[in-house]
Amino acid sequence: MLAFALKRLGLAVLVTLTVSLLSFSLLFMSGDPASAIAGENAGAADIEAIRTLYGFDRPFLVQYADWLFSALRGDFGQSYYFKLPVSELIADRLSVTMLLGVCGISFALLTAVPLGVAAAMRPNSFIDRTALFLSVMGQAMPSFWFGLVLIVIFSIRLGWLPPSGTAGWQNFVMPTIVLGYYAMPAIMRLTRAGMLEVLGADYIRTARAKGASEWRVMFKHALRNAVVPVVSLAAVQMGFMLGGSIVVESIFALHGAGYLAWESIGRNDLPTVQALILIFSMFYIVFTFLSDLANAWLDPRIRVG
Amino acid sequence: MAGKADDTLNAAFTKELESVDSYFNSAREGVILQRSIWDGLLYLNQETGEYEGNLATSWQWVDDTTLELKLREGVKFHNGEEFDADDVVYTVNFVAKPENGVVVQRNVNWMKEAVKVDKYTVRIITNGPFPAAFEYLAGPVSIYPNEYYAEAGPAGMALKPVGTGPYQVESVEPGKHFVLKKYEGYHDSPKGRATIGTVDIRTIPDINTQLAELFSGGLDFIWGVPADQAEKLEAMGRFNVANESTMRIGYLELDAAGRSGEHPIKKRAVRQAIAHAIDRQAIVDSLLKGKSKVVNSACFPSQFGCEQDVAVYDYDPQKAKALLAEAGYPDGFTVDFYAYRDRPYAEAMLSYLANVGITANLKYLQYSALREMRHKGETSMSFQTWGSYSVNDASAITSQFFKHGVEDFARDDEVKAWLDKADTSIDPAVRKENYSLALKKIADEAYWVPLFSYNSNYVLTQDAEYTPTPDEVVRFFQVHWK
Repeated sequence: MLAFALKRLGLAVLVTLTVSLLSFSLLFMSGDPASAIAGENAGAADIEAIRTLYGFDRPFLVQYADWLFSALRGDFGQSYYFKLPVSELIADRLSVTMLLGVCGISFALLTAVPLGVAAAMRPNSFIDRTALFLSVMGQAMPSFWFGLVLIVIFSIRLGWLPPSGTAGWQNFVMPTIVLGYYAMPAIMRLTRAGMLEVLGADYIRTARAKGASEWRVMFKHALRNAVVPVVSLAAVQMGFMLGGSIVVESIFALHGAGYLAWESIGRNDLPTVQALILIFSMFYIVFTFLSDLANAWLDPRIRVG
Repeated sequence: MAGKADDTLNAAFTKELESVDSYFNSAREGVILQRSIWDGLLYLNQETGEYEGNLATSWQWVDDTTLELKLREGVKFHNGEEFDADDVVYTVNFVAKPENGVVVQRNVNWMKEAVKVDKYTVRIITNGPFPAAFEYLAGPVSIYPNEYYAEAGPAGMALKPVGTGPYQVESVEPGKHFVLKKYEGYHDSPKGRATIGTVDIRTIPDINTQLAELFSGGLDFIWGVPADQAEKLEAMGRFNVANESTMRIGYLELDAAGRSGEHPIKKRAVRQAIAHAIDRQAIVDSLLKGKSKVVNSACFPSQFGCEQDVAVYDYDPQKAKALLAEAGYPDGFTVDFYAYRDRPYAEAMLSYLANVGITANLKYLQYSALREMRHKGETSMSFQTWGSYSVNDASAITSQFFKHGVEDFARDDEVKAWLDKADTSIDPAVRKENYSLALKKIADEAYWVPLFSYNSNYVLTQDAEYTPTPDEVVRFFQVHWK
């Protein structure tokens, strides 16, 4: 298990380094940052002054090395746009996104896994069909539309929930549903498929034959085996959610990391974009790593393979 | 719930403001906060168009480049610091230094320095004659407290702004949330005292969410509402909807100088044909609506020097076709049409152009990307807009684009000479005459196709009243409860 973990860890570090290099070089070729910082109303002289001030006239490699060594110390420089330390800015915005991400994935798992199990227990039954309908809806409805519909119903018609902001827990109810509902269908279908496959296996028949309770068969024997691909998928979904949702964060005015990333690209706020890309990819890497470990723990065959 | 009941006006910004320090942002939201938090030396009365004293009480030109101002006594900054000549000297000398990196250099680079004469008298020395000085002193140049700014700097000022204005800042969450409180010690300014106790501004990027907040009572005041939505809101009868024009105009920038290579638009007849091809009135009537108007001169009509007696290109597709034929393009031609905002307007123009045989391919880019291309002279036709920073003087627009800079696609020496003269004379008659000559030639040559002025819809809860102004600056201190 240790050898397996170390191998995976080494791989994760290499991927991180590659991502850092790619993100830095890719973004640097995406247009004139001086022009974007200057804003819409600036003239040519303003832009030239900014170019010198921020050191965009230095060679590319010098700028990369400078950035990398600072980043290793947790210093991502100053946001060109907000003139604040990027680390401070991101910490502020990421807290909202992480809270939302955890709520979203919890919502998705808490609805998807029971529904998936229930659907698998009675294939083609009413409950299976309902679950299928819900998952197709979740995949088909665009988040921005679903979000606005919820706002119309719960904020304007019923007046139960505030449409935007982060003032209290009520603000997170609708965003959690929108974000979680988007991730739910895939998890549910995968749980259902995994359960169906597993329920036909010999060891389930054996478990039943030796008189194990149906509850024990389902959750001890079947679900543990069926859930392996679900863990991998949930990890990826979690990474996706911690990267923030541009749509959900804009509609509900949450000012999270996803919206920050999107806006920063438009503003050519390079230090912020670079730091965010690095952090987002770190999330994927960390969660993939953790899901590998979790799967290895759930399924001993993976440890060896 | 907020609103009149707890004396809090809830408003929304659409864009994340980069910095509250007014010298370190170039956003409309920044100007709005600036006018509430700080004061200028002068004040422009929106009704009379006259300059009145704000932090200054009297002022006069000592010579072409020296303006002497007497300052108001007994004014205190929000932190209790006393206002006097030292504050003016410190602020002007700080912002006038290019290395201090004020974002919008044009707002400050006309000033060389300020000199203290005595505690309440100060002289501002300009870099050459600068007739538009009053406009800037009443606009973007706000006076900061010297002791506080020396210590806090732009970063500190952005987080905890201190001014003399009608509102003081209670809290700032960068880009997200700003809370203003009425400044009880506000001086006897022509701006008038604020009447609403608290202004709470949140950034809500999506206009639909802003509307939802308005409906559910979370917001009391939004602006920049699209025309179709504003009409519906007005019909509902639950809100006060006011429309006012803005100083922003839209125009087509045509590469007459041939910076982007050889192309038909270099020919004057072709440019005139383009001007005749577009039904600007129809675009105003069906898309912009409100107080928008067709403009014919390369400036906003209320701006000083904005000559209105210029060549007018009526909507006349037949004439456009004839002009194209005369120029040697009876079957039209193909061109890339660049734009960065208001796609529906751009698309309307494309179909008008197609109607006279000009195939325009829409290239819709981010603003910064398009500007970079324009600076390199790579565009032969682009749909641009300019808001002049709400500066009511032709130097803020015509002179920005026709003095051979990177955004000048006409490169006309004669026009440049006239504008130079108009920009640097302090005799209003000389200025007017030269702007007029320049603007007439710009229209005759159709270097630009001026299109229309923009407008903004302001929507308030029924409990509140506000009269918007054409400079597009929302003045919270002039909003009051009914």
